[in-house]
Amino acid sequence: MSLRIVVAVKYVPDATGDRHFADDLTTDREAVDGLLSELDEYAVEQALQIADAADDAEITVLTVGPEDARDALRKALSMGADKAVHVEDDELHGTDAIGTSLVLAKAVEHIGYDLVVTGMASTDGTAGVVPALLAERLGIPQVTLLSEVAVSGGKVTGRRDGDAASEQLEASLPALVSVTDQSGEARYPSFKGIMAAKKKPVESLDLSDLGIDAADVGLGGAWTAVQDATQRPARTAGTIVKDEGEGGKQLAAYLAEQKFI
Amino acid sequence: MAEVLVLVDHVDGAVRKPTLELLTLARRIGDPVAVHLGAGADTAAPVLAEHGAVKVLTADAPEFTDYLVVPKVDALQAAAAAVSPVAVLVPSSAEGKEIAARLALRLGSGIITDAVDVTAGDEGPVATQSVFAAAFTTRSRVTRGVPVITVKPNSAPVEAAPAAGAVEPLEVVFGELATGTKVVSRTPRQSTGRPELTEAAIVVSGGRGVNGAENFSLIEELADSLGAAVGASRAAVDAGWYPHSNQVGQTGKSVSPQLYVANGISGAIQHRAGMQTSKTIVAVNKDAEAPIFDLVDYGVVGDLFQVVPQLTAEIKARKG
Ligand SMILES: Cc1cc2nc3c(=O)[nH]c(=O)nc-3n(C[C@H](O)[C@H](O)[C@H](O)COP(=O)(O)OP(=O)(O)OC[C@H]3O[C@@H](n4cnc5c(N)ncnc54)[C@H](O)[C@@H]3O)c2cc1C
Ligand SMILES: Nc1ncnc2c1ncn2[C@@H]1O[C@H](COP(=O)(O)O)[C@@H](O)[C@H]1O
Repeated sequence: MSLRIVVAVKYVPDATGDRHFADDLTTDREAVDGLLSELDEYAVEQALQIADAADDAEITVLTVGPEDARDALRKALSMGADKAVHVEDDELHGTDAIGTSLVLAKAVEHIGYDLVVTGMASTDGTAGVVPALLAERLGIPQVTLLSEVAVSGGKVTGRRDGDAASEQLEASLPALVSVTDQSGEARYPSFKGIMAAKKKPVESLDLSDLGIDAADVGLGGAWTAVQDATQRPARTAGTIVKDEGEGGKQLAAYLAEQKFI
Repeated sequence: MAEVLVLVDHVDGAVRKPTLELLTLARRIGDPVAVHLGAGADTAAPVLAEHGAVKVLTADAPEFTDYLVVPKVDALQAAAAAVSPVAVLVPSSAEGKEIAARLALRLGSGIITDAVDVTAGDEGPVATQSVFAAAFTTRSRVTRGVPVITVKPNSAPVEAAPAAGAVEPLEVVFGELATGTKVVSRTPRQSTGRPELTEAAIVVSGGRGVNGAENFSLIEELADSLGAAVGASRAAVDAGWYPHSNQVGQTGKSVSPQLYVANGISGAIQHRAGMQTSKTIVAVNKDAEAPIFDLVDYGVVGDLFQVVPQLTAEIKARKG
């Protein structure tokens, strides 16, 4: 039987751009170019490796996001995923992590799955909570923050490097896995991959397709509210000295003056 | 007065500093009730009481160590049911955020992660966050349910505030999902004897400019002269020069010390994301154009192999 893998990927504003808030205090997605979150490339890569190791597997990439988020799906398809699902609805604007996990859960169930793979965190929100929320909603084991992962005999195993210890984890399928940027470099799409991706199916779904009430998502459905956002004042220009042989001593003098020594 | 649940982060009852900071924040909102899961409650309880816990709810079971995350969610949910708190504060560790997220969903509550400050507000606690690699500061509120907030280390001072700290056992019934993910084995990280990276008052970091694992001894010696923790950029970690557990930045640790010393680090946005909120920043880099110099209070343009040993020697001399 085919192993059904769903990879959740997010389309995010480029972190090297000048990111801002829109007037409604949501992330401004117009000002800066978007792309497939780099941390989700690792998720796609691990899914591809798990699929390679399986007798038979099918990878669906899933995103919840605006029209442009299709670019993220294209990239994942060109890396080698088989098909894509795009959940797109104007009502989704401003959805928080709790709401996003609801939409992802409904979409994953719609697609059908044995294994859900996610990144460790999105590079814009960086909360890193959607994987745990999604596992909770689906009622399946969470095997998260893995730097190594393998699937065989209906089981997921992996290594989680925590603060205090490195843990070897195990769970039965169906399960949700999130992988870190320590899990191995993601492949670049090949020319062949890019060409093939153009022919791969992308299914578009809206909230009604998934039976989700618009009141449960979007800015209005969010269970948190941003009151204000202020740009951090630029740090006042510091003192810069060129080392002419005394640089270390000068720095020490500064640290002493600041009472660090 | 209203009670605030605080999940205790500890190693066999040795309470970690961020938990004590949470007690300081919790006292602004109400009466802190600490939740201690796993072994060592006897050791932890007096420390928690000393820092303001009016009550310490304790539960110990093999599930907390043998399975991932969910048993602790079950326990915290039981604590919330027992206490009816006005807020739940959880340390912003990887595990803490996952526990908090699942708890919030079960309570039907909104969640705010990685707060750097929490204050009382007319409509409930207000959490300050630092976003977009610390380019913006936001203030947010939970608008539904019991606010669940995870708080980063170094977000508040540790304050003595003696309270009763009465120990009460917590009844926990584990759900079906609790045993879903088994911890097959655990290899504790070796202690370096240096301060914990996220908790340290001073962090000394090395980047690609350090140019080799063996040269990291220069960084360690400087760190030791200051009683500091050692950090590394991802470039240094990816090159295999220093462990990933010491990586500072978006996909490593986020630090907010009194002093951050960057050596041979260019200051890429992903690195800045993890250190930009440090109080004082100094850097040594041979490239005067390196973006790290935009952040510094004091910078030395020079070769770290000259500057760093001289700095270490001078610090030692000054300390006598
Ligand atoms: C999704 C994602 C997540 C990331 N997460 C992180 C993260 O968590 N942490 C992180 O650090 N990076 C992260 N990065 C990588 C980041 O973009 C940079 O590549 C990285 O921070 C560069 O490390 P560096 O400054 O040590 O190296 P470089 O950028 O190569 O800079 C080295 C610096 O050393 C200086 N130098 C060289 N020799 C000497 C000398 N002898 N004396 C003095 N100075 C010298 C050079 O002038 C240069 O400025 C991430 C990237 C991505 C895409
Ligand atoms: N809008 C989204 N669409 C698809 N996947 C998402 C979305 N938001 C978050 N994810 C997944 O959840 C992970 C963690 O995101 P976050 O909790 O937002 O940091 C990401 O790496 C993605 O795999």
